[in-house]
Amino acid sequence: MTHDLVSYEDALKAYDPVMGLEVHVELGTKTKMFCGCSTALGAEPNSQVCPVCLGLPGALPVVNAIGVESAIKIGLALNCEIAEWCRFARKNYFYPDMPKNFQTSQYDEPIAFNGYLDVSLEDGEVFRVQIERAHMEEDTGKSTHVGGATGRIHGATYSLLDYNRAGIPLIEIVTKPIEGAGVRAPEVAKAYVAELRELIKALGVSEARMEMGQMRCDVNLSLRPHGEKKLGTRSETKNVNSLRSVERAARYEIQRHAAVLSSGGTIVQETRHFHEEDGSTTPGRIKEEAEDYRYFPEPDLVPIAPAREWVEELRAGLPELPSVRRKRLQEDWGIADHEMQSVLNAGAIDLIVATIEAGADAASARKWWMGELARRSNEDGVELAELPITPAQVARVSALVSSGDLNDKLARQVIEGVLAGEGDPDTVVEKRGLKVVSDEGALGAAVDEAIAANGAIADKIRGGNLAAAGALIGAVMKITRGQADAKRVRELVLEKLGVQG
Amino acid sequence: MPGITREEVAHLGRLSRLELKDEELDHFASQLDEIIGAVARVSEVAGEDVPPTSHPLPLTNVMRPDEVRPSLTPAEALSGAPAQEQQRFKVPQILGED
Repeated sequence: MTHDLVSYEDALKAYDPVMGLEVHVELGTKTKMFCGCSTALGAEPNSQVCPVCLGLPGALPVVNAIGVESAIKIGLALNCEIAEWCRFARKNYFYPDMPKNFQTSQYDEPIAFNGYLDVSLEDGEVFRVQIERAHMEEDTGKSTHVGGATGRIHGATYSLLDYNRAGIPLIEIVTKPIEGAGVRAPEVAKAYVAELRELIKALGVSEARMEMGQMRCDVNLSLRPHGEKKLGTRSETKNVNSLRSVERAARYEIQRHAAVLSSGGTIVQETRHFHEEDGSTTPGRIKEEAEDYRYFPEPDLVPIAPAREWVEELRAGLPELPSVRRKRLQEDWGIADHEMQSVLNAGAIDLIVATIEAGADAASARKWWMGELARRSNEDGVELAELPITPAQVARVSALVSSGDLNDKLARQVIEGVLAGEGDPDTVVEKRGLKVVSDEGALGAAVDEAIAANGAIADKIRGGNLAAAGALIGAVMKITRGQADAKRVRELVLEKLGVQG
Repeated sequence: MPGITREEVAHLGRLSRLELKDEELDHFASQLDEIIGAVARVSEVAGEDVPPTSHPLPLTNVMRPDEVRPSLTPAEALSGAPAQEQQRFKVPQILGED
């Protein structure tokens, strides 16, 4: 599908983007929000359902205590106020993914409100995103559309519903309008979702794996002419399910809105679908007004009034939050802001920490994960954490280097072997015969051979040109097939040529 | 006092997935008017000082521990379904041809 877009630069010259981000987090509770059905993944269709989550007549919901506790923890970590008293509400809509014909949610009385989250951008700049609210609700069932050419709802002749997911606890986190991000709006959106994901993981309330749908983002976006206070009409791009997609969706919508507005058109308030293949969005349904949901207080669930003592207990028990932890680690590791930012962007923090815990020093742990392994993860198009090598194995490689058994070049080959499934580092060293030549006699012979074959270079070094030593070291490495300690080779070369290093 | 318009009835009909004929729009508009009028009279009696009641009992914080309880079997769950396929509830086409 083709659309008229204006270039991103032109769009930003004429307009100021305003975003609102809604993130749904599926909690990692054992049971659903309002009934005791299991939330385990991979169960047979409709095997984790009961009268409550199927909305059968007379069934009565009871709220999951851990669901409420998790919501409060998220609220506190987002610097929110926690409601003294709040109710659930019915959000009425007719769609087969919700068998009750309403979703149990919260409306004007969210459990947490008025907070903020500081997010750091790629260059280390910190942007404060204001949080409007975080509220409790439940997930919907899973539809399979049959009869359409592509398995999509369009053109389907009927649909099949599995309600195992219906009723799984969700926390919806809504930002206030994000203003003033300007050209960096898409980057802010991505950084916000990334920081929120880290926070949720640190709290231990969900694994927040976007690729598994445990965390989903809706991107609301509007443009207004520079200097205009009034917000423009927004579009809502639904279910944007990776960090990269969040950034692309915001960018695309900025370009699309600008094209519509600058040609004198008007933006339709609607939901839109994001397409991973080309980063575009296409129209969904016309957005129903809030009144259309006919929200009203849920009569079957009594109000939640979290005691202040409980809230303070939860606050005191919050783990070290990701931004605080990053500052501490950055100091421990003694690295600059931009270096820490790269580690964060690469998703390498926990891996490096685990490698250090397994005995490596900070510098080498960071070097391997951010160097050789980051390169491999890019090449293979997988997350760093998904590479088939463990922090303990990286720590072992690092130990072999510091003991002088491996040099960097050999260490890279060991890592390659581990990634290729040849076994742990020691096995790879054994199998591939990758040991630094530490036999001084053999090394000395190799140095002599290199000097003999490169008389001109040797003369330069004798004449005081130490920079030329590199060429001889290279020659020795070639003779030993890389299995020499470069530092020792250099010493031997200089010694044999009678030059002071 | 005609509070409800034909357009609003048509809108409600669309939300409720009900197909309403032209004459039904007028019919329901006046009926809904009466119902809303009746509710309005209740509102007059309940002054500003009477908050709307959502829960008649003064209870809060009724929660259950996060412990799994037995679910229905898929056969039990599907026993009331008008149609099923692949152990799933089968529902008619969701989107129309437009």
